[in-house]
Amino acid sequence: MNLVTISGPPSSGKTSVILKTIEALTRRGLKVGVVKFDCLYTDDDVLYEKAGIPVKKGLSGAMCPDHYFISNVEEVTQWGIKEGFDLLISESAGLCNRCSPYIKEIKAVCVIDNLSGVNTPKKIGPMLKSADIVVITKGDIVSQAEREVFASRVNLVNPSAVIMNINGLTGQGSFELSTLLHDEKNSVDTLVGRELRFTMPSALCSYCLGETRIGESYQMGNVRKINLENRQ
Amino acid sequence: MIGRNQIADRHIGSLLEDYPFLSSFFRENGLDFEGRDDSTLNQMFGEFDEEEQEERAIDPDLLMKQTAEFINQMLAFLNEDNEVHSLTILPGTDKSGEKEGFDSLVIRKSEVISIVGPTGSGKSRLLGDIEWVAQADTPTARSILINGDVPDSTWRFSTSKKLVAQLSQNMNFVMDLNVREFIELHAESRLVENPGEVVERIITEANKLAGESFSEETPITSLSGGQSRALMIADTAILSRSPIILIDEIENAGIDRKRALNLLLSEEKIVLMATHDPILALMAHRRIVIKNGGIAKVIETTEEERTILSTLEELDRTVLAYRTRLRAGEILIKG
Ligand SMILES: Nc1nc2c(ncn2[C@@H]2O[C@H](COP(=O)(O)OP(=O)(O)OP(=O)(O)O)[C@@H](O)[C@H]2O)c(=O)[nH]1
Ligand SMILES: [Mg+2]
Repeated sequence: MNLVTISGPPSSGKTSVILKTIEALTRRGLKVGVVKFDCLYTDDDVLYEKAGIPVKKGLSGAMCPDHYFISNVEEVTQWGIKEGFDLLISESAGLCNRCSPYIKEIKAVCVIDNLSGVNTPKKIGPMLKSADIVVITKGDIVSQAEREVFASRVNLVNPSAVIMNINGLTGQGSFELSTLLHDEKNSVDTLVGRELRFTMPSALCSYCLGETRIGESYQMGNVRKINLENRQ
Repeated sequence: MIGRNQIADRHIGSLLEDYPFLSSFFRENGLDFEGRDDSTLNQMFGEFDEEEQEERAIDPDLLMKQTAEFINQMLAFLNEDNEVHSLTILPGTDKSGEKEGFDSLVIRKSEVISIVGPTGSGKSRLLGDIEWVAQADTPTARSILINGDVPDSTWRFSTSKKLVAQLSQNMNFVMDLNVREFIELHAESRLVENPGEVVERIITEANKLAGESFSEETPITSLSGGQSRALMIADTAILSRSPIILIDEIENAGIDRKRALNLLLSEEKIVLMATHDPILALMAHRRIVIKNGGIAKVIETTEEERTILSTLEELDRTVLAYRTRLRAGEILIKG
């Protein structure tokens, strides 16, 4: 089975792109499943089910969804293998622009949209910078010039990636993406021993552990303070 | 090809002299490079301690690799002869698996081809095939040749080298900039050498196309529909490096469509125009008829059709004149 991790800011068009891409993969006779990771709530599983795609969802609740993802990715991989998928796609929303769920040698796709503004690419960390493929959606609602500027900004922060424009509504471009996702050679049996491409931020402060009160005397562990001094 | 070893120990100052485009790369990647001419790249990337690397999500090793990659891409972009003289479409099949109704369609620079057919009949797949330079590997099994040859795969994967620029019906702007700032931003991303001149030219040309003129200080979000279309067409004609322009219908309001096409053609573009409007369809040299997902026919515009076009254009002018007078608050009279 191949595993592909697809990540991107909330509502960037991940599900729309995945649904259209799976149509093209299915036409090639491939069996595809999806696992959706989110924080508090998602309806995506209903959308996948409606399209007849086997799906599992995981809600991280109070935990960081990317930490939750990596703690569960081996289990869902085994689920996918047991179901006999040729390809398992994981969809996860990058919430803090800092985490990224990408694993070394596992194809990583980042989905961002043209509406998020030309300064967004530089604000997104490893989720964008270390992706193999960057999909840009919602090109239908901005001008050609804005599409070109946005793509060039993405290219500046990740020159290694293949950048593709996909319309999540019509699926234009999703066939092309589908040709890049499955390759016998990239088959995996287990992820045990594999590594993340980038560390997740270290946390564990008192608020991670359930503290709700404000004030220095309640803050322990990994605490960092804002710098309010004027810089030169 | 420049490898990472060739740049790692070079000074920032001399790198910027050779590759001025690196400044935007450093800036977008949040690197503080100003006044650091005498440090080497290795020194600049190596300065972050572990905590800072974590905090700012910086991976010096990846950054070095990507710097080299970026330099190579930009050098290729600046030097390459990407000229497209012709585009050839070789037939595939329609949705029922029937062979398409033409043998080989060669489209040359400064030619306008219209695409007609019912909505949903396969126009976007045709565009997709061209953009992806299909090699009998898409659902239609069409093949695309550039300058008569099988093109190399960089047309598929490069960001700066795109075969098709698309002018869609909705030309909304979402950025909060005025016309000049907007075009400057675009020019910067295209690495043009004389941005001031180019910006000037685009605004002048756009104003020739637009019914109502606008200034370089006008915020792009307050342009009218016709003005936005005019600006986008002038911008695409002059700034976009893509040799093929796909136009999805040009609405007949607030813009001189004939002039718009002529501007694109004078910039040696190949223009593909999907349309339901008879005037646009007949303005093309040839038209592609799409049915059931395939190209059913390719028709050359006949002499007779050209006279019909003149009649239609005459009618069009009459309608426009009435529209202008109504907008000005006049009462219409016959004759
Ligand atoms: N106009 C336009 N809308 C799009 C496009 N792609 C997605 N959308 C719309 O954007 C909204 C969000 O799309 P989703 O596919 O649900 O986004 P997502 O990234 O999966 O969202 P989450 O999983 O909730 O983070 C939906 O209303 C889509 O219909 C596109 O290319 N163009
Ligand atoms: Mg989703």
